[in-house]
Amino acid sequence: MSEPIVIESVSKWYGETQVLFDCNARIAKGEVVVVCGPSGSGKSTLIKCINALEPIQRGRIVVGEHTLPAPAAQLPAIRAKVGMVFQHFELFPHMDVLHNLTFAPMRVLKRDRAAATDKALGLLQRVGLSAFAGKFPGQLSGGQQQRVAIARALCMEPECMLFDEPTSALDPEMVNEVLDVMTGLAAEGMTMVCVTHEMGFARKVAHRVLFMDEGKIFDDCASEVFFAERESRSTRAQKFLSSIVA
Amino acid sequence: MNYDWNWSIFLAPTIDGASRYVWWILSGLAFTVFISLCAWAIALVIGIGLGVTRTLPPRLGRALATAYVELFRNVPLLVQLFFWYYIAPVVFLPVSLQTALNRANPVATQTLTMIVCLGLFTAARVCEQVRAGIQAQPRGRFNAGYALGLTRIHVYRFVILPLAFRVIVPPLTSEFLNVFKNSAVALTIGLLELTARSRQMGEFTAHVFEAFIAATLLYFLIAQITSHAMHALEARLRIPGHGLGGSA
Repeated sequence: MSEPIVIESVSKWYGETQVLFDCNARIAKGEVVVVCGPSGSGKSTLIKCINALEPIQRGRIVVGEHTLPAPAAQLPAIRAKVGMVFQHFELFPHMDVLHNLTFAPMRVLKRDRAAATDKALGLLQRVGLSAFAGKFPGQLSGGQQQRVAIARALCMEPECMLFDEPTSALDPEMVNEVLDVMTGLAAEGMTMVCVTHEMGFARKVAHRVLFMDEGKIFDDCASEVFFAERESRSTRAQKFLSSIVA
Repeated sequence: MNYDWNWSIFLAPTIDGASRYVWWILSGLAFTVFISLCAWAIALVIGIGLGVTRTLPPRLGRALATAYVELFRNVPLLVQLFFWYYIAPVVFLPVSLQTALNRANPVATQTLTMIVCLGLFTAARVCEQVRAGIQAQPRGRFNAGYALGLTRIHVYRFVILPLAFRVIVPPLTSEFLNVFKNSAVALTIGLLELTARSRQMGEFTAHVFEAFIAATLLYFLIAQITSHAMHALEARLRIPGHGLGGSA
């Protein structure tokens, strides 16, 4: 199996403060990996390194045929192949939903408007929001915005998807509509790295779980192992699990 | 107070017999409006460029833009005007050009000097507002653009600047109004804009009150039209379901 994402000995500092310590992980094609851990553990920072939103100071990350760190001029091309969904959705508020979806494909992939629109409408239908193409993000609920954000990332036909706490900013009743879309995506074989506190999703959908604390990866194992054999996990992971899973 | 009001003085022929005072005032108004609009155009172009530069990574660009702002914002406009009018040509222009400038129509050189001076002065202030508008945009909004593979130019041009601009329309409006008011310093280099014309009319007719009331009303009218236009612009740019364009 090819490996679209390889993280090798990655360390990162903010100024003097080290936030990632020698992180290693290999993510196979079609694999769904959940990254969990207490807040401040470096989960979000680690996945932002995968599409170079955060630079790394040591180690390397292979994404498809590219290797990071890379010259700034190459970054847009690398990022175009990696979809990302943010905690706060980050739709462009001055563009309607359809424009949000077609903008990057037209600018970056040079699609013509008709092709970009076709693709966008198809994806909107898939996330159940066909009727909202002409709405502005501010007119949608959080869950709807996040589904649009997923569709926007998919419009770029990415090789893999990064999710940075996609449900953390949502009201509880909207969490499932977003998780359902993510579950469907996983079922279709999308390579996914998800930072999330949704342990139900991790248990049901993820193939693997990475547990992080204080900038280090402590556990990297199949999700059934992670949840079923708690006592064989790191003490930090055991403590984390007992604090969030009743 | 014993003052002989006479509003029909505006229709009286001017002292040189060539015109009427109302035309003096209106030609002053035309100069004021022309200078101000040209200066505003310069201020927007340079100010947006500098404001963006101040938010970009290259240190040299940021330092130069900061130096510009400090220089032009901290020296009185009047001093700047005297510099551009009396000192800059002697220091910066070759003698041949200086001679040509001295022979040129003084109204043209005064107008040009005032436009450049006011434009450069206001650019420093526009720069700071553009910078503030950009920095008010959440980090995630930049990241969302970059994550889609957009270049920095795309992110600024299509995402950040349109949103930043919406945030700063109100402060830009007052800056725009300041341009009209500041244009009055042009009278110190002899340019007959609105304030100069009303002072001139007051001196020749002794009807100082009428002259300055007319000028006051005209400045007020300009300000009203400008702020209404900017309000209309603000309303046009309003995003459905969205606040001011600051955060989501």
